[in-house]
Amino acid sequence: MAGNHLAKTAFLSKFIFRLDRLRIPLWVLSLTFFTIIVPSSFKGLYSSQQERDAMAQTMANPAMTAMTGPADLSNYTIGVMTAHQMLLMTAAVTGLMSILLVTRHTRADEEDGRLELLRSLPVGRLSYLNASLFTVSAACIGLALINGFGLYALGIESMDLEGSLLYGAALGASGLFFAGVTAVFAQASDSSRGTIGYSIAVLLISYLFRAITDISNESLSWLSPLAWVTKAEVYDSNNWWPIVLMIAAAMVLFAAANYLNAIRDLDRGFLPSRPGKQYASRFLQSPIGLALRLQRTGIISWAIGMFVLGASYGSVLGDLESFFSDNEAMKQLLKPTEGVTLVEQFIPMLMIVISLMATIPPVMAMNKLRGEEKKERIVYLLSRAVSRSKLLGSYFVISVINGFLMLSLAALGLWSAGDAVVEGGLSFGMIFGAALSYYPAMLVMISMAVFLIGFLPKFTGFIWLYVLYSFIVLYLGGLFQFSDWIGSLSPFGHVPQAPIEEFSIIPLLLLCLAAGVLAAAGFIGFHRRDIE
Amino acid sequence: MSLLKVTNLTKKFGKFTALDGVNLELNAGEVLGFIGPNGAGKSTTIRVLLGILKATDGEVKIFSKDAWQDAVDIHKRVAYVPGDVNLWPNLTGGEVIDLFIKLNGAANKAKREELIDKFDLDPSKKCRTYSKGNRQKVALVAAFSSDADLFILDEPTSGLDPLMEKVFQECVMDVKKQGKSVLLSSHILSEVEKLCDRVSIIRQGKIIESGTLSELRHLTRTQMLVDTKLPITGLNELKGIHDIQESKHGMTFQVDTTQMDDVIKHISSFGIIRLESAPPTLEDLFMRHYEGEKDTGGVR
Repeated sequence: MAGNHLAKTAFLSKFIFRLDRLRIPLWVLSLTFFTIIVPSSFKGLYSSQQERDAMAQTMANPAMTAMTGPADLSNYTIGVMTAHQMLLMTAAVTGLMSILLVTRHTRADEEDGRLELLRSLPVGRLSYLNASLFTVSAACIGLALINGFGLYALGIESMDLEGSLLYGAALGASGLFFAGVTAVFAQASDSSRGTIGYSIAVLLISYLFRAITDISNESLSWLSPLAWVTKAEVYDSNNWWPIVLMIAAAMVLFAAANYLNAIRDLDRGFLPSRPGKQYASRFLQSPIGLALRLQRTGIISWAIGMFVLGASYGSVLGDLESFFSDNEAMKQLLKPTEGVTLVEQFIPMLMIVISLMATIPPVMAMNKLRGEEKKERIVYLLSRAVSRSKLLGSYFVISVINGFLMLSLAALGLWSAGDAVVEGGLSFGMIFGAALSYYPAMLVMISMAVFLIGFLPKFTGFIWLYVLYSFIVLYLGGLFQFSDWIGSLSPFGHVPQAPIEEFSIIPLLLLCLAAGVLAAAGFIGFHRRDIE
Repeated sequence: MSLLKVTNLTKKFGKFTALDGVNLELNAGEVLGFIGPNGAGKSTTIRVLLGILKATDGEVKIFSKDAWQDAVDIHKRVAYVPGDVNLWPNLTGGEVIDLFIKLNGAANKAKREELIDKFDLDPSKKCRTYSKGNRQKVALVAAFSSDADLFILDEPTSGLDPLMEKVFQECVMDVKKQGKSVLLSSHILSEVEKLCDRVSIIRQGKIIESGTLSELRHLTRTQMLVDTKLPITGLNELKGIHDIQESKHGMTFQVDTTQMDDVIKHISSFGIIRLESAPPTLEDLFMRHYEGEKDTGGVR
């Protein structure tokens, strides 16, 4: 009978491979790329053991342990350094890959009715689930081998074959484990959103639980599967058992998913889907309320993300001196100035990164309007007593406030973590002021998005190229020594770099003016054009 | 009084002419059927009416106001239901209905409950879980709960079951009774026949026929079945007779409505046992127009 349940699994696996023939290689290759590039650049940046020990010192604080997990800092070779700083993060991203791939070919296909079509054909009850698991498993094994041999092929002294293979295996095992978690949730939840949501929640909770227990009680962190990755102590003691444990756990989850799939009906789940609201709240009943409601989850996640980003930058401020004393590349990136502390010199560079990152959510909030238009949903609003200005205005207001919130949260995160680790503390006013001086530049970006939506709706996505351009030119500008005009093509290039430069209000006022003009033009264009 | 008046409306997308001199008129208390094949320009016309697309040329007046310039004012008294209802997957049906009603202005809570009940809709479910028919019900409940004077319905019943279609038809009759106007674009000709006072047929961006149903029928033929005591002779020589066929029940043929009198006089002389006649359906009309235009070789 089991054979019947699994009929045509091999065929379906090939079919899924075909569907994802770009997606899977892209995931594997980009994960491999980041894994390989880091040790090679570490080799250049920290060529002597002295420099590495300085780095180890920077890492020896609870904030860093919370972020990257524990490591043997007394034996900080390039291998240990790579595993310490990269492995856990990459494992988490591999987990994300599995979550998205497995959901796509389990609950998402079921929800959209494609599984029903397949099941009407002579394929087994459990075939599609196992084909999907097989495909993802193959991707994980491929990832493990490519990364393992790839790292070894770098020929770095402290990165031997066993360690490299273990590194790859740790990534692959994380992928398998989260594929299992997702497969179980795909049975339990009755929607693909739910499946992704619950699975990512498990991923985040594993990470956070590990972060907390790594600081407070390391043996407790054995309870988090993501912690097993760091327990393998890759390139150090090369402990294979945690990885074996992880693969075994994945197999148990695979079996559980199969069991749950076998005992349930198509389109059903085990977790009750709560009935929604019968009536709309007062808040929802306006264009701006609707726009906010649609973006709620995104805004909250970005807000948390920005705070964490700020805090993680802040946590390294304390050890800046030791971090930079021997680092030539970083010295070039920063422009050394007399009479300012290293922390103060470092702040403007952080602010460029933070403000550009903080520009992403408000621009997304603005472009959401275009997304709604493409899905033909703004017609429902415009065919009622809602003017185009009110509609565009709602998204614009949300976007402008969103940007301010993101920038403030990142500054707050930076300050609260930095204040704790920097000797003598940090001035909140200085940090907040430095962050806010980028707000006008961010407004220009938002207004540029409004302008595109109004005049060139087909090219709304081009705003991202402009954001990327700003990032490359301004973040790496010092390193590549671009001429000034290249930076001045981006609004972010006109912001005075407080606290190292003299603060001047005039460029900020001009940026605000430019933002105003662009936005006004966008509103006029939106008024005149056809809606899709 | 004409509530909606479209004069010589032209809409071009680049070089493509989607609408070419469309004329439409809808009076207060009237239901206008707007029919035509896929891609003929029905939805484009409706989008111009809603001020979502800007007319290249021509005049579009609703409540004597300009459809583009005064869109917001007009929309306070308009309810619109699209054929392809694409809702926000993470809002419930009830939330969407309330949102739509609120944006329309005046709300009628009692009506909302009554319609949800009539259409048998569960408003506590997320829109993502609704079938096409249920999504359409959401839009219909929102539209008919509003206090609009003009209902613009773009193939509103394409996903409904026959029972729900009947509920829909009752809703249309209801608003008509209240003196409100309806523009009903539809593929379901029996529905148009049942509900509409007048019909406009659009094809390739042009209105090719417009008038009351009886006016349009006048241009067409009646299907007849006749059984007589004596065999009928000389039918072929009569004007306005088409498609003669003999069956075991008698003879069937089609008669041009204008020649009806002569034909009846002729056949009555053969001693009629049985006479059945069927009025031309809108479908015949529709088919004749489209097929006629397709094969202009003159087969008919």
